[in-house]
Amino acid sequence: MDIAMKPVPIPRKYFTPGVLLLCLLALNGLVFLAGRFLFGIGAVTNLDNQFPWGIWIGIDVAAGVALAAGGFTTAALGHVMHRVDYHAVVRPALLTAMLGYTFVALGVAIDIGRYYYIWHPLFMWNGNSALFEVGICVTTYVTVLYIEFLPIVTERFIGRVNLRGALAGLNRRIDALLRLLHRALDKTMFIFIIAGVVLSCLHQSSLGTLMILAGPKIHPLWQTPISPLLFLLSAIAVGFPMVIFESLLASRSLGIKPEMHVLSRLGAFIGPFLGIYLAFKIGDMVIRETYVYLSTVTTESVMFVIELVLGVIIPLRLFLSRAVLRSPIGLFIGSSLVVLGVLLNRINCFVIAYSPPYAEHTYHPSFGEISVTVGFVAILVLLYRLFVLNFPIISLPDSKSARAAKYSIRGQSI
Amino acid sequence: MALKSRREFLKAAGFAGASIAGAAATPAAAAPKNILSENRSGVLVDTTVCIGCRQCEYACLGAHELPQPPLQSLEDRSVFETKRRPDHRALTVVNAYDHGDEAGEPTHVKVQCMHCDRPACVSACIVGALTKEENGAVVWDSDKCIGCRYCMVACPFQIPAFEYGEALRPDIVKCDFCHDRTRDEGLPACVEACPVEALTFGERHELVKAAHQHIDEHPERYEAHLYGEHEVGGTSWLYLAERPHSDYGFPRLGHAPAPGVSESIQHGIFKYFIPPVLFYALLGGFMWVTKDRHHGEDE
Repeated sequence: MDIAMKPVPIPRKYFTPGVLLLCLLALNGLVFLAGRFLFGIGAVTNLDNQFPWGIWIGIDVAAGVALAAGGFTTAALGHVMHRVDYHAVVRPALLTAMLGYTFVALGVAIDIGRYYYIWHPLFMWNGNSALFEVGICVTTYVTVLYIEFLPIVTERFIGRVNLRGALAGLNRRIDALLRLLHRALDKTMFIFIIAGVVLSCLHQSSLGTLMILAGPKIHPLWQTPISPLLFLLSAIAVGFPMVIFESLLASRSLGIKPEMHVLSRLGAFIGPFLGIYLAFKIGDMVIRETYVYLSTVTTESVMFVIELVLGVIIPLRLFLSRAVLRSPIGLFIGSSLVVLGVLLNRINCFVIAYSPPYAEHTYHPSFGEISVTVGFVAILVLLYRLFVLNFPIISLPDSKSARAAKYSIRGQSI
Repeated sequence: MALKSRREFLKAAGFAGASIAGAAATPAAAAPKNILSENRSGVLVDTTVCIGCRQCEYACLGAHELPQPPLQSLEDRSVFETKRRPDHRALTVVNAYDHGDEAGEPTHVKVQCMHCDRPACVSACIVGALTKEENGAVVWDSDKCIGCRYCMVACPFQIPAFEYGEALRPDIVKCDFCHDRTRDEGLPACVEACPVEALTFGERHELVKAAHQHIDEHPERYEAHLYGEHEVGGTSWLYLAERPHSDYGFPRLGHAPAPGVSESIQHGIFKYFIPPVLFYALLGGFMWVTKDRHHGEDE
């Protein structure tokens, strides 16, 4: 690397017009969420006995888990394979994964009828249930992500603990404690990093096992015994695009030069990953002869084609082009398409493909459901901004960052 | 992150591996009760006998302490204008199918939980709140249920219902085979109430034998198929009918048990926890090998 990069808090004002808009969306979501808790799930959602799962599971949970895959893919690249040149993207990806999984857990909590029993699976086991596996893995992985994030917190506060008044006497002790924690984490972190990768592979694939149990209720285009493998491969394929997508968005929003030298090389992985996923997806379709369903125009066949062409084939072609890899706009379009493709795939698998034997109508998400989902995304983005403005997450060139870091420490109160 | 020494690495990695392996002993015992006893009970429904009096619906409501409509309302045949489904207010409903047959009488079909021999809901339930009991009943435990509704997603017959209007403690509601009664040699409330003996309660294997005898003796009266004998691995409730069962709203299902594929995938991935532990070791080994290559470059 030519210039040393160092993660620093980005010195920016928190509130902008965009942030205020996000606050409004968040508030709107919270209002409907309050309705769910006061009057029950039926009051806010279009869910019923025919369609027990809607977009709260399809988007908030299933797509949320997939789109947070950047956390484990970059950890595998940066830490397990020791490709230190990619370290600049590891922290932003870790933050996204941490926030993403937190909201997945919240998404589950609001969707289950008895949210206060959310701890039950920890003690009441059913090893036959794919959902149990997902639940346990996600719970453990969220914990691992928090532990992985801790060094960023200790790094931020070591030497800067500055409580006032009566608590001032504790400053030295807290500092010593932070240093101890930092050293302990530094020595043991590899355990958690490997565990994070293993746990991710397990539950990303188990999410694909979930709908296999629904058998003929799932449209044959998506009902395949290799669904767990497809879920895992697509999660791996969407990890880096999500990191690029966010990095470019964050750079734009914060007025920082995008780290193209890292992003371009990261982008070079995406083509092969998408290729492998596409090969299995097409191979599965050919072997099970499900292409016959594409000869008629139905919601399912149209959605399947959109998912495959827009979300896999077009970005695959884009990422194989050197010109695309070198241009920020090319990278952004390609990455957005992959993200959209995986989002669509999860919606398709959990919502579009599902048709119960006694359906009297089709399911469309209610305004309340959409509001809550949009509100959650808005809060996630708001928290992301809060973190990168106050913690050393995004890397800046070192010379400039030294000044920026000092400025941010003096200029901000936490 | 910096690794101080290989020995430290191995020590810590070994510890992590052992703690994962330690958890491996428990999953075998972690499955919910799912008994497939030889003499499990069942109910044989002869839809050619049913007259659609809905006494079974009424008795069911009473047995489960659900609000009952006035008794006279059972004579109101307008309910048959739509096809109804069981929900949180009624665990069983009777539907009428008029195929314009010579006799001019519609065929009535009682709908409730089929009590599968290999229930998808029992396999699905994240906390094991659903169990298959000794006598064949698939029952739900309110103390465990978290309300995730995966059982509803899994059920091939679209049976479990959820109390969507309940904010605090919504239940999963479905026929429980009157487990309180059938556990002690009693009859399900619906069977007891049936005035024309369209419902026969007994040991499942005997009901299957009897049903085939009916079919053989009266081929003009019955379609040569006993619905529930083999569907999704067999169900406790068995249906005889005059026409193909799909004419009466029964879903076409294969003979393979619903949980077969998902459970074998699930158990394959977690066979004695060997695959995850091996994967952990593999990644650890890889991390160890590559760490020296970039020594000093690390942050």
